[in-house]
Order: sequence, then structure tokens, then C-alpha cells
Amino acid sequence: MSVMMVFLAAIAAIIVWWLAQQRLASRPWLEVGHAHDHRRGQPFPAEKVGLGVFLAVVGSLFALSISAYFMRMASSDWGALPLPGLLWVNTGVLALASLALHRTKVEAERRHDNAARTGLLVALAAGLAFLVGQLFAWRTLVGSGYVLADNPANSFFYMLTGLHGLHIVGGLAALGRTIARVRLGALDRRARLLIELCAIYWHFMLVVWLVLFVLFSGWANEVIDFCRQLLT
Amino acid sequence: MVDVRSGIGEALPPPEVEDVELYHPHSWWTRYVFSQDAKIIAIQYATTAIAIGMVALVLSWLIRLQLGFPNTFQFVSPEAYYQFITMHGMIMVIYLLTALFLGGFGNYLIPLMVGARDMVFPYANMLSYWIYLLAVLVLVASFFAPGGPTGAGWTLYPPQAVLSGTPGGRDWGIILMLSSLIIFIIGFTMGGLNYVVTVLQGRARGMTLMRMPLTVWGIFTATVMALLAFPALFVACVMMLFDRLLGTSFFMPAIVEMGEQLQYGGGSPILFQHLFWFFGHPEVYIVALPAFGIVSDLISTHARKNIFGYRMMVWAIVIIGALSFIVWAHHMYVSGMNPYFGFFFATTTLIIAVPTAIKVYNWVLTLWRGNIHLTLPMLFALAFIVTFVNGGLTGLFLGNVVVDVPLSDTMFVVAHFHMVMGVAPILVIFGAIYHWYPKITGRMLNETLGQIHFWVTFVGAYAIFFPMHYVGLAGVPRRYHELGEAAFVPESINDLNAFISIMALIVGAAQILFLFNLVWSLRHGREAGGNPWRATTLEWQTPETPPPHGNWGKELPVVYRWAYDYSVPGAPEDFIPQNHPTPGRVSHEAAP
Repeated sequence: MSVMMVFLAAIAAIIVWWLAQQRLASRPWLEVGHAHDHRRGQPFPAEKVGLGVFLAVVGSLFALSISAYFMRMASSDWGALPLPGLLWVNTGVLALASLALHRTKVEAERRHDNAARTGLLVALAAGLAFLVGQLFAWRTLVGSGYVLADNPANSFFYMLTGLHGLHIVGGLAALGRTIARVRLGALDRRARLLIELCAIYWHFMLVVWLVLFVLFSGWANEVIDFCRQLLT
Repeated sequence: MVDVRSGIGEALPPPEVEDVELYHPHSWWTRYVFSQDAKIIAIQYATTAIAIGMVALVLSWLIRLQLGFPNTFQFVSPEAYYQFITMHGMIMVIYLLTALFLGGFGNYLIPLMVGARDMVFPYANMLSYWIYLLAVLVLVASFFAPGGPTGAGWTLYPPQAVLSGTPGGRDWGIILMLSSLIIFIIGFTMGGLNYVVTVLQGRARGMTLMRMPLTVWGIFTATVMALLAFPALFVACVMMLFDRLLGTSFFMPAIVEMGEQLQYGGGSPILFQHLFWFFGHPEVYIVALPAFGIVSDLISTHARKNIFGYRMMVWAIVIIGALSFIVWAHHMYVSGMNPYFGFFFATTTLIIAVPTAIKVYNWVLTLWRGNIHLTLPMLFALAFIVTFVNGGLTGLFLGNVVVDVPLSDTMFVVAHFHMVMGVAPILVIFGAIYHWYPKITGRMLNETLGQIHFWVTFVGAYAIFFPMHYVGLAGVPRRYHELGEAAFVPESINDLNAFISIMALIVGAAQILFLFNLVWSLRHGREAGGNPWRATTLEWQTPETPPPHGNWGKELPVVYRWAYDYSVPGAPEDFIPQNHPTPGRVSHEAAP
């Protein structure tokens, strides 16, 4: 469970950092009025906070899966599966989606509405292409005999890519709704917020995918072994 | 010496949140059924949770009938018995307690207590309830599925959970159970996001974190924990579904069943236990923290005294929340582990007793020299403190590896667990319902019925669970359908078991009285008025009771003080509402 513990430590650090600004040592029974309310300035949109909390939940989901991956890996029947080269292409495509959304966000802030619309469509296309690519990668693996139940490594590969894929589907749905919203008329504040939220979500999903990719490729094992040697 | 009046003359801080554009219902359907109003959603959550909880109550009767009078009731076969204990546990812990505290009280109280018009994402909030209802229906469906519900125990340990020896293992039972949990978690996440973000972003002007009532602190912290812990159960359920349906071996070791080698091999049942208890232990506090918070508010209000050590209470809630993530393996002592791990988990488990004890002391010190009104909410709150201390102390025994290993499979654990996580939170739920029912419906619950309900429930619960500790110490194992010819168990234990069963039937029946009271008082209860308990928190200051859609009429409330200004020296009344601007104190000697 050490992966989850590291993840939790990161979450805990964020919580402590936030709590440190909340005057937890104040004496509310002595303070009447507003002299001590230090919440000022631009309100942070609730949607952004909501997305942040949601990503913490998703992060927790993947951190726990990865913990399980390492714990199951310790048993003797583990046999890593060869990654199809297609996954490299998929990684590039997903990175493209993320990049396109970053571009879109920048263009939207500069009020370049048409460029932003194009960016969104590129991201949508890249996201779909990623999903199709993943399905082809599955087919390649099944075709060469690496089926789900044969080996725990296979099982984890299909389950984790599946979970990630489902989150991508959710991201595509959100992206689709954003596109439907900005298709007509000028981009308002709300539309820019939606674009930013999409961008954050896709960056996060890219990071999750990179972590999973490193995990499946086996590079993570070397890092883990190295850490183990340091500890023992 | 702090000049408390310095803040009064100042200009209001700018609004923290824009006054949101509420979704306005157009028809009866969107107003009462597919409602996006947190208050309606709260009532829907609570009704569903109580309804499914009644099923679990009846199951507990059936369990006790078998334990008290073995083999008198033929329909409680060994298979049925395991199905009953499994469903009883699962329903009570997840579908009743979690849903009622967070979905029910969370939805009703958070927006009102922090001075918001509604949750920040009302649509997701509505979905949250309907997905929860779907999870409950899938759960109920397993009773009617071929083979019946799963009988794997509420912890669903593999490999037995998916083998043919366990009821529902090779039938629909386990599949429906796991699916229902997955659905529940998805629904809960939608609600949980709402509770957290509403507390973070939806608070009224002047409502700093340190002015929030402890109820909100408890529910908020519990929700954060639940959001981080439920994914563990989610992953475990998904992986077990794969094992059961698709033949993978995440958890399943090589197994010979009925002389036949199964296709599984190499899986780790311990892995499931880690995932399950990584959720399972925080779950105890997901239920306990809202209870802690609510009880603090009940005690302060009904003792007409500010909560003792508010800051400590907040810190204790946060610390308990953090610690509860690093104790999970104390549920796995009997599974075996590196002795150093056992030592580590025993230590962290015992450390939790420190912030918890701080809370208990603070409740007692709040009562000390308070003007205690023995109203129904107060009675339940006092009963909670006693029960929680009882259950908590046996928890300290069980937290030690050497004590836990021999006791782990006895009724002692059942008694401990029911005291601390069954009876204690349920008492708070009752207290809270008696406390907030006037706000929800505008009428008081019947006092006489309430008194009968309280005394039967309180005394009865002790008559059930105190002897059960002794039964456990005498060596009676848990999970057994019947004892049979067990030489080490004295004859008198059978009488004790029969007594416990009769008490369980009586206590269960008393709950019907409570349900009757809930329904009867809707029409016939005494008119409550806006603030019958003369409480300070915002939910009692709404312009109308029950609060209308949007809660606050034209103007959002502005908060000037903390939530516990009771019996302030020099104030005209013995309470000053949080949205009351005049300086409360004439002098400062009241400040501790």
C-alpha cells in the first residue's frame, strides 16, 4: 500500500497547507463581527474546486489500483506481457489532445474564439483516436494470445487500461458538451471556464496514463527495486 | 483582553459567492420527485435509508431468533443465517448509516448551517440520490435472485465469497452485492463532491471555518475521508467481479473445490483484505465523525452552554480523520503479518484514543454546570456519550494484537462493534431527528412516545450488548449458526442468549413506535415555530419553517459570531443567533 500512502501524503500536504490559512488557532468565541474574516478578493469558481476534489478521488482510485498491482506482482505466477508498439502512438495521440486543450485555453483567454473552437475539435478527435487506438492495442494482445484471465499481469493491464478508458469516455462527454456550448455565439466567461476545466481534466488523464504506461513497461519495477535496496 | 466590538462598525466583506441562480422547479415532478433541492433530496435519502434499515432490523431479529432458540425456527437454515448476517451488516453500515449521515443530514444541514441557498451542484446532487436508490434496488433484488443474497459475511472475504460453498457465491448473490456497492460509490461520489465544495465555496459572509457548527465540521471531514476511502472498496469490488465473472485471479489462490481443481491460481486473498480495510476502517469514522459533530451541537444547545474547547474539538475531528487512514491492518491481526507491522498498527490504533478522549472530556465539561434540559435530543446525546465510552474502551482492548487474536472470532467483537458503531451512531441519529424534525416539518415529535422510545431503546440496547461481551469472553464464537455440543461453553450461556434475543425483539419493536411517531406528528404534532430549541445556528433563523426553496428569502444571511453563544453574560436572552449583529458580551470574563 506504499503507493497509496505516498498519494495520501500528497493529499494530506495540500489539506494541511489549506488548513494553515484558515486561522485554526483563532478564538472564535471572542471574535464578533467581520474584522477577522480574511476571505477577500476574487472568488475561486466552485466548479474548479469541485473538479480538483474529483481528481483527488480519481487519483485515489488509480493509486489504490497501482498499490494492488505491486502487491499482486510479488507472487510467483506473474508474467509481464509485451507491450504493443501501438501504445507509443496512443501516448502521443493523448498528449496531442492535452496539448490541443492547453492551446484552446490560451486562445480562449486571448478571445480568439475560432482558434479555440478548432482546438476543441482537435482535442475531441485526438481523444477518440486514443480510445480507438487502445481498442486496437487490446485486439493485438488478444490476437497474440495474451487474454485477460491467463496471467495477473494481463488482468491488471486490461482492467487498468479499461478504467482509464472509461475516464477518457467521461472526458469526451464533457468535451462534447463544451463544444456544443461554444459552437454558436461568442465565448463567454462560463465557456472559458468549461474549456479550462476540460484542459485540467485531460492533463490529469495524460499524467495517469503516463504513470500506467511506465508501470506496464516494467520501468517502474527497476525504480521500486532501487528504492527497496536503499531501504534494506 | 480583546475588544470584541471592534468588528461591528466595519463594512461587510464583499460577498464570497455570487448569489446563485437556482433551478426553479416547474411541476410537481421536479419539485418533489426529481428535485434538485438539497432539503428534498435529504428527505429522500433519509426515507430510503430508514426503509432499507428496517429490512436490516428484521434480519437482525431472524439472526437473534436462531441464536436464542437454536433450530426452533426451521426457516433459518445455515445458508439463510449467513445470508441474514451478511445483509444485516452490509445494509446497516453502508446503506443506512453512511447514507443517512452524509446523504440525509449532510444534504439537509450543510446548506442551511453555512448559510447557502443550496448545494453548489444541485443536478449532481439529485443524480446522487437516484443512483443511491438504484444501488439499494440492486441490493434488494439479490433477495429475489436465484440462490438468494450472498452469505459471505459483510466483509465479503475471498476466496469463500465466490465459491459454491457460500450462499450466492456461484449464483447471483455476490454479483449483485458487488454491483450494488459499485453503484453506491459512484452515487456517493457525486453527493460527496457537493458536500465538500459547498462547505469550501458556499459559506455565507462572515462564516469563517472556525465559526462553523461542529456538525458541519464532522460531516465535512467525514466526506473528505469517504471520498478518499471509498475508491478502495470500488477497486476491490471491481477486481472481485473480474474474478467471479471473467475468471481472473486477482484474489483467488489455487483451489480444489469438491475434488475439482478450479481455474484460479496465485491470487492473494490478503490483497483484498488490505483494500477492504483501507476503506473499512475509515468507514468507522465516516459514520462516527458526523455523530461526534451532531452530538456536540445537541449538547451545547440543550445544556444552554457554549461547547467546551471548540478549537480542540475541530482539531480532534481533523486528527481523527487523518489517523484513521493508518490503522486499517488492525482488522487483519488474525490474518498474520510481520510483528513490526502489528506493533505499528496497534500503536496508531491506540493513539486515536487521545483525540477521541479529548472529545469525550469536552462533552462532559460542556455539561458541567450547564443548564441541562433533559429534552429528547439531550437524552439521546447523553446516551451516546455513555455508549461511545463503553464501546471505545473495549476497542482499546481489541487494538492490541495479543488481546485481539484470541477474542477476534468471538461474540466479544460483535458486542464491541455494535456498541461503538451500531448503537452509538444510531442514538445520535435518533437525537438528531428529534432535534431537527421541527425544522423539517414545522411540528414537534410527540414527547410521550419519544420518552418510551428512548428508554426502551437505551436500556434495551444495553440489555442486548452488555451480556454479549460476557458471552464472547466465555468463548462463544461468532458467525456460528449453532453451538451444538460445545463442552467449553457453560449451559447458562444458552439462557443468556435467549434473554438477549427477547430484548432484541423488544428493542426492534420500539422502533416501530418511533416510525409511527414520525408519521403521526406530521399531522398531529404540536406547532413548533421557527426556533423551538432557542438555538443559535443558522438553520433555525430561516424566515420560514420549514425552509422554502432557496432557504433564505431575498437576502442571504450574514454571520457575525460563532455558533455557540449560549448564556452570554449581559445578553438579553440566553442565546445569540449567529446572524445577530449586536455585541453579545459586556465584559470578557466569560472567555476561557
